[in-house]
Formats: sequence, C-alpha cells, structure tokens
Amino acid sequence: MRKRSNEPILWVLFSAGGVVAAFLVPVLLFFLFLAFPLGWITPPSYEGLLALVRLPITRLGLFVLCFFSLFHWAHRFRYTLYDGLQIKHLNQLIFPFCYGGAVIGSALAAYVLWNIK
Amino acid sequence: MSEARRTEYTEFRPRWYKSRVSTWWWLGRWSYLKFILREISSVFVAWFVVELLLGLHALSGGPQRYEEFQGFLCNPLVVALNFVSLFFVLFHAVTWFNLAPKAMAVRLGGKRVPNLWIAGPNYLAWVAVSAIVAWFLLRA
Repeated sequence: MRKRSNEPILWVLFSAGGVVAAFLVPVLLFFLFLAFPLGWITPPSYEGLLALVRLPITRLGLFVLCFFSLFHWAHRFRYTLYDGLQIKHLNQLIFPFCYGGAVIGSALAAYVLWNIK
Repeated sequence: MSEARRTEYTEFRPRWYKSRVSTWWWLGRWSYLKFILREISSVFVAWFVVELLLGLHALSGGPQRYEEFQGFLCNPLVVALNFVSLFFVLFHAVTWFNLAPKAMAVRLGGKRVPNLWIAGPNYLAWVAVSAIVAWFLLRA
C-alpha cells in the first residue's frame, strides 16, 4: 500500500492560517506597529495593554493566531520557492526549514505567552 | 529524487522533452506577478508574528523594555518594513476573501450562487472583527 501523504493536513493548517491571518493581522499590524508607535492615535497605557494580554482568552487567541499564521507561511513559502524559483530539488532543505521554522516559532509563542507576568 | 530516476536515458525513451522555464517567468504577465506577490505575502505574515512575539516579550519584560520596543518600532527602516507589510497583509486578506467563492461552490436550485453572496459576508465579518479588535485595543 502506498504511504499516505501528509499533504492534506499541511494544507488544512495553511488554509486555517490564511483565514486567521486575513481577519486579524491587518488590524493588529495597523494599530500595534504603525498607529500607536508613530503617534497617529493615542496608544493605550502600558498597564492597560499588559492587563489585556494577561487575560487567558487573549493569550489563547494570540497563540492560535501565531500557530496557524506560521503554518500558513510555511506552506505558502515552500510552494513559492518551488514554483517561483523552481528549486524543488532542494526539498530536503526547504521542507525542514519551513515546517521546522513554524514548529519552533509556535513553541516560542507558547513560551512567551505562558510567561507573561 | 524519483524524478531524477525517471529522466534517465533508456533505449525506448531516448530523450525527455523538457521545456526550460526562466526563473523570472512570473515577471512576464500581470496575473503571474500577482500570483507571486500573493504568495510572497506569507513572508510578511511571518514577519508580523515575529514582531508580535518581540512585542509581547518586551511587554512582559517591564515598562522600560516596552519603551525600548516602541523606539525600535519608530526606527525608519522598521517603519518602512511595516508599511510594506501592511500592504501585503491587506493584499493577502483581499485575495483570500475573493478566493472564498471559488473554494465554496454553493448551489441553490441547481445554480451557483453569485460570488458576492460568498465573498460579501466574509468582508462584513472582516470589518466586524477588525472593529472589535480595535475597540479592545483602544479602551485598554
């Protein structure tokens, strides 16, 4: 019997990440990394932001966002390298780089979010 | 690897036809370029996650570390990168929602429902989610 491909599960992660990233990344990027630091809009206080991030629901939500977004990146970037640059022969390098990166990134996200004081 | 084996010379298959495609094939046409730009958007999604984790780490490190992180975000290079990132994540969102009708072929009375019926609610939900997130951030 042929070995079952793990492509479907990787595609599901990619797809879920695409949805999560489409809904949440633009608004968060706009406020947190442009509007607040550049002073277009009065930023929330340090204490206020920390209190918001401390909530378990926020942490869980941020973890879900990081996890799926990273697997979304892994899958799409892998195929960008295959199709765009036509370097599929380097698969043994690209595959661990992409999904390994997503796994390590997710572990880091869990560590950071768990350890917020 | 299996491909390399298959391209070996055999008596009955003297030569494989393989047309060469330039590495820069996607520069030739706007739709190809759009495809690659859409794929590249994933890099900026990943950058956003990295930035978010740096920010959260700084936030839990105390007010001083958080202040330093805000300084990092005001660095002109980082500002430029974030502007480019915003463009790409918006491009990702729009292309993603526009794909939804193609992925979900809903039929009513034997006919495909118009694309807008599928994409429209996605856009409305996007606006709603963005407004809720903004509300939480602004009252924090």
